[in-house]
Amino acid sequence: MSRIGVIGRRLYRGEVDIDFVGRYRLWYSLSGLLLVISLAGLLVQGLNLGVEFKGGSVFSFAKPPSSTIQDVRSTVENAGVHQVIVQEAGPRWRVTTESLPVSEVSRIQNVISQKYDIAGNQVSKQIIGATWGGEVLNKAIIGLIVFMIAIILYLTLAFEWKMALAAVVALIHDLLITAGIYAWSGFEVTPATMLGFLTILGYSLYDAVVVFDMIKEVTAKLGTTSKMTYTEAANNALNHTLIRSLNTSLVAILPVAAILFIGTTLFGAGTLKDLSLALFVGMIVGTYSSLCVATPLLVRLKEREPKYLAIAKRLATNKSGSAVKDAVPSGGKGKQPAAVTTSTSTGSSNGAVATDKRKKR
Amino acid sequence: MGATMLIQKAFVPKYALDLAGGTTVTLSPVTQAGAAPSQESLDLAVNIIRERVNGTGLADADVARSGNNIVISVGGAGTDEVVKSVGTTAELRFRQVLAVAAATATPGKLPTAPATPVPSGSGSPAPTGKGSSKPTSSVKPSSTANPAPSGTPAGRALSSALTAPTPSPSASGGKATPSGKATPVPSSSAASGQPSAQPTAPATQDPLAGADLTGVDPAVAAQFKTLDCTKKDRGQGVQDNPDKQIAACSDDGTAKYVLEKAAVKGTEVSGATSGVDSTTGEWIVSVNFKSKGASQFAQVTGQITTAPQPRNQLAMVLDGVVISAPVIEEPIPGGQARISGSFTQKTSTDLANQLKYGALPLKFVQSSIEEVSSTLGADQLKGGLLAGGIGLILVVLYSLLYYRGLGLVAVASLGVATILTYQAVVLLGHNANFRLSLPHIIGLIVSIGITADSFIVYFERMRDEMKEGRRSLRVAVEVAWVRARRTILIADAVMFIAALVLYFLAVGGVAGFAFAMGLTTLIDIMVVFLFTKPFVAALAKVPFFAKGHKLSGLDAERMSREPSDVRTTVTQEG
Repeated sequence: MSRIGVIGRRLYRGEVDIDFVGRYRLWYSLSGLLLVISLAGLLVQGLNLGVEFKGGSVFSFAKPPSSTIQDVRSTVENAGVHQVIVQEAGPRWRVTTESLPVSEVSRIQNVISQKYDIAGNQVSKQIIGATWGGEVLNKAIIGLIVFMIAIILYLTLAFEWKMALAAVVALIHDLLITAGIYAWSGFEVTPATMLGFLTILGYSLYDAVVVFDMIKEVTAKLGTTSKMTYTEAANNALNHTLIRSLNTSLVAILPVAAILFIGTTLFGAGTLKDLSLALFVGMIVGTYSSLCVATPLLVRLKEREPKYLAIAKRLATNKSGSAVKDAVPSGGKGKQPAAVTTSTSTGSSNGAVATDKRKKR
Repeated sequence: MGATMLIQKAFVPKYALDLAGGTTVTLSPVTQAGAAPSQESLDLAVNIIRERVNGTGLADADVARSGNNIVISVGGAGTDEVVKSVGTTAELRFRQVLAVAAATATPGKLPTAPATPVPSGSGSPAPTGKGSSKPTSSVKPSSTANPAPSGTPAGRALSSALTAPTPSPSASGGKATPSGKATPVPSSSAASGQPSAQPTAPATQDPLAGADLTGVDPAVAAQFKTLDCTKKDRGQGVQDNPDKQIAACSDDGTAKYVLEKAAVKGTEVSGATSGVDSTTGEWIVSVNFKSKGASQFAQVTGQITTAPQPRNQLAMVLDGVVISAPVIEEPIPGGQARISGSFTQKTSTDLANQLKYGALPLKFVQSSIEEVSSTLGADQLKGGLLAGGIGLILVVLYSLLYYRGLGLVAVASLGVATILTYQAVVLLGHNANFRLSLPHIIGLIVSIGITADSFIVYFERMRDEMKEGRRSLRVAVEVAWVRARRTILIADAVMFIAALVLYFLAVGGVAGFAFAMGLTTLIDIMVVFLFTKPFVAALAKVPFFAKGHKLSGLDAERMSREPSDVRTTVTQEG
């Protein structure tokens, strides 16, 4: 069986043992690099804000059989508009112009309707005031901040503050990278895109929450005589939920991919495409970050706690000098030493008695 | 819910304008200085805009507040009318009443001074009805007493101080005034009812017959004659020129007035409050003026208080309609006045809010106007449904492929969730005026993943339990449920918090999207607890699953470990 086949079967059976936590340096460098690139994109390129944020007027109407982009553009330009952008949106033309007064918009609507013989009420129009987009943006940012505070509070109550912090850092990581992708690619940012960004928040956290819940469950059993360091336990938990994470992400991405497909093929520019594109990109980044950013970060935070330091130290010395990190085998073969014992030592408070026996392999 | 749908014969959701076609105008009210308006004035602004839009006669117009914005939705095209009607700033003015008549152009029938029971005639009023006054101090300090008549038509009196109830003719000067109540005046908000009521008053009669037309601009008089206040368009939204006389309707459409040039502008009001008069127990409204307004107000009240009915009334005109026209019982210096008579808590609060609003009138900036043609709406609906259908099918296929027999449970649960969601949308549409929009549809589609995740969490837990080899399926189902339940609840809580925050803080489509997300999160919890779990528990008793048939998704090959693979399992310590 090919190696891929083996991995596939293992995934299918939920037998994976990948050292996510131990490779934190790799993930940190990767994420760091992506973040730098994203920030550079945001600073250098900036986001390509849609008409909804800049203000402007948009007309949309079914394509008459004989019309071409040039044709439509010159029609609108001849009507006295200066900045005209004509886009194809599936079976319709979408014409974007500078912000026009209401009376002008009605006039252009008439011009279009006469020229192409379309009933006036079949020409859709949209006028966006220049300040409106700013308001939408401000609201979204306020919403984001309130949301983060609410989530930190909630996760602090449900879990603990270190988990809340790790989850929120992963969240910011996802948002920045998604925004960076938008900056470099030049995809248009519209209110629908922002909807997408905001939803990414939900997903990214949702995923992190499920992973953390498992970590909490596993690590709760770590007593002072534990055979596992926090790092090992967390990695163990992560592998336990890996299948679920991947399944969930896939199931979440499938409908989004459907929207993206329909939005792109049937509508061209528009709400559906903008939203699903943001979601699509964000979910992929979100899955990566809950595995490779949030958890390693949490582990860094937790390993500083005296309790876990003590465990790590004890295990390290017990292991005849091998460093803690080495206890976590990298690679998929996954023979972690920790698990097999079923020692029943009770009491996490038993003190760091070094009486426990070496674990058997 | 299904039964409710049958009973209500409601099977199809109501669509918002982006799917059904129509015009949406979003207004952002700001004060003249550009500052954000207060909550109260926003609420009032919504009412003002609603009145104006109703005046345009557009069917189906809906005016709602959304955060700090006002959203007007009109089915079909109607941008121009709406935009025209909402373009102006709603302002408040105080104007002396020159003549009053019943609402319609027809002469005669209603005596004008309808309202209250008091003879108004000239002079003095006798305290009727309720109002009594109470003596308080004198002049300016606000309180004054006097009550007015009651009926709704509000006869109201405006006074500054209260005095003993002596009836005094108003005429004479002012200081101590009588408080009586005399005031019959129509108008007033609230009350619609009674206009006719007591024809007693001699004062005025037919539209203009018998009225003293001295000083009335003939053009305005002509306009007054033809003014029909029973129509939808009563002149709301008309920006009146403060330097001209006008003809205007009362806000309830029961009376019409000829009004003098504006004596005081609303922006001179510094504040208004409603409260209960401590002595009479009646609801009253107190108004304070800024310094310039105070002297203008003192001047006008001094002038008109001696005039005969109805010229001793001072009308407050907001956005082109008369909201109140109390009789001035005495000159009111000092910039503090109170209006009394026939108020309820609600009407007094409303009037106080209207006056306060007048102090800081709002401009309505058109933030966004969107007119969606019916074909574009239909296209968007089609696209949204298509995307949802494809998404659902993909998820179903994946579940079946990966989970086999268990996948059926997932599919059935998704089916139940879909039906519940559809019913909720339909019933909300018919009972709570919920309109399904494109952002809603997208929110619903995106939520498929969240719903499916609950099953995945549960199934993976079950498989974990079984893999550890210690449990039979029937035990695993229960043990896994206890653990999965907590995860599902916490994760759904996170989604719900996200939805709540977005719903309350965001504008436009984002709120709709958040609503859909919150709704499906709740439905998800319901389905997992009440359907999925019992269903799985029941299946666990079926041999096909319990014995781990190859297609059940719980087969032995899948559950066992490869011998060589010493996998780390969760150690059970402590």
